[in-house]
Amino acid sequence: MSQSTYNGFNSRKNQQQYKTDLPVMITPEAKVPGSLTSSLSAYIFKPWHGFMLIFFCIVSSSIAFGVDENAKSSIPEVLWRWMPLLLKGFMFNIVISICAMAIGTAIGAVLGLGQISLNKWVRRFSWIITQFFRNSPWLVLLFFAMFLLPFEIKIGGLSIPLPDWVKAIIGLSLPVMANVSEIVRGAVVSLPSGQWEAAESLAYTRRQTLWLVILPQCVKRMLPPWMNLYAILTMATVLASIVGVSEVMTLTGQALAAEGGRTDLLAPFYSFVLLIFFVYCYPIARWTVRLEKKFSVIG
Amino acid sequence: MNWDDSMPMVSIKDVHKAFGDLEVLKGVSMDIKKGEVVCIIGPSGSGKSTLIRCINALNDIQQGSILVEGQEVNDPHLNKLELRKKVGMVFQQYNLFPHKTALENVMMAPIRVLKQSKAEVEKTARALIKKVRLDGKEDSYPGELSGGQQQRVAIARSLAMNPDVMLFDEVTAALDPETVGEVLLTIKDLAEEGMTCILVTHEMNFAREVADHIYFTDRGVIVEHGSPTTFFDEAKDPRTKEFLSQIL
Repeated sequence: MSQSTYNGFNSRKNQQQYKTDLPVMITPEAKVPGSLTSSLSAYIFKPWHGFMLIFFCIVSSSIAFGVDENAKSSIPEVLWRWMPLLLKGFMFNIVISICAMAIGTAIGAVLGLGQISLNKWVRRFSWIITQFFRNSPWLVLLFFAMFLLPFEIKIGGLSIPLPDWVKAIIGLSLPVMANVSEIVRGAVVSLPSGQWEAAESLAYTRRQTLWLVILPQCVKRMLPPWMNLYAILTMATVLASIVGVSEVMTLTGQALAAEGGRTDLLAPFYSFVLLIFFVYCYPIARWTVRLEKKFSVIG
Repeated sequence: MNWDDSMPMVSIKDVHKAFGDLEVLKGVSMDIKKGEVVCIIGPSGSGKSTLIRCINALNDIQQGSILVEGQEVNDPHLNKLELRKKVGMVFQQYNLFPHKTALENVMMAPIRVLKQSKAEVEKTARALIKKVRLDGKEDSYPGELSGGQQQRVAIARSLAMNPDVMLFDEVTAALDPETVGEVLLTIKDLAEEGMTCILVTHEMNFAREVADHIYFTDRGVIVEHGSPTTFFDEAKDPRTKEFLSQIL
């Protein structure tokens, strides 16, 4: 239980004791063991990213304004005018991300449990599906969903329309599903085998072992990588603009076109889009890191 | 079932077990009567743990027979759940469920597996925790307990299923020296109450004190066995003598 803290303490102590510039002598900082996402945390936002964006947004608009003397209206003014529409577009991104996450998690959890099934064929099938969708580019999957799904589904006499944004949700939920499947499988196999053996020796059935002993312990292990995945998915929702869904990127493009393609507006507008994504994703990233730390101490 | 108390509770005959090409058990036989305490000792890698894990079907065997209360364990149609209700097991690494308190750890199996009423189970669970001298620790999580305390919770958890036989797999090997005593004391209490116990252990003094019978295994076979006095004082086989001279 206290192994990780002990190692951390030890390595820091060693570093103080032996001051050296030989690379082989320098003890690397102990990595948190058992963390599924420690490698990903290097890519997580830092607060200064946000300040950079605000700074860039303001500076770029004022510089551009200064350069272009024939501007009809000031850049902050234009940005302000379009802001409600852009934010509405961004809400759409969030809706897409939440729906894709929900669908992907539900199916992915089943697939993940399929990967640890005792039935060889269920296991193999789940593995193939998982690997296929996990190793496909998200954009390709999105195109796949866009152009292969019909625009409406007929069930009996009832026809359910499938608008583009629903197809985008389906397209994005495919890679989410595959990643959730791997998160579930990874969490289950990361538990010590002693937990299975203890439950088995107490005459639990396999299903009881899974639901009463294994999965409750997995939830906290799965939460950080799952939240990480959500942040990545949110940022990937802009891919939907390429297939014509009117989310924030599409609307930004349209707004710029409506302003007559003023090049001085490009940087401020896209910085603004980056900024709203940052404001939404950064707290998630922070929270993930905090949960990871908390669980690595308890676990 | 045509089994009665006078017959061996656990009867092991010519058991062979291999992991791939590695043959771990090469024809092991022993009988354990009701109320008997049996210690299996021997150098590491001699198949002791594998042997007792075969008794509750955590490991399967390739050849031979294991009868628990007359029920054949080496049977593809074996009802493992029924077997494991009769055979309790305690592990070297305690294996408590870390997301449950000590009391919940003890109560879970009787409620979920034996479908006993919660109120009744809670009463016996509290009594068991008291019996392993942990009263006051009912609501502690395993992470808050010392190794010795965790191991005693594990013993209580296993006893809550009211087993007929208890298997102890090197239960003190992972403990600090000062907590070994409290766990051994708990096992000794059990043995004195007449619980049938099969222990794999390295605690020679303990084995000499509580065991009715001692088996010495080496390289997958039983080299020598006998009562503690004959075993420790009049060992005949050179391998036993060498092992004892190293360890005592």
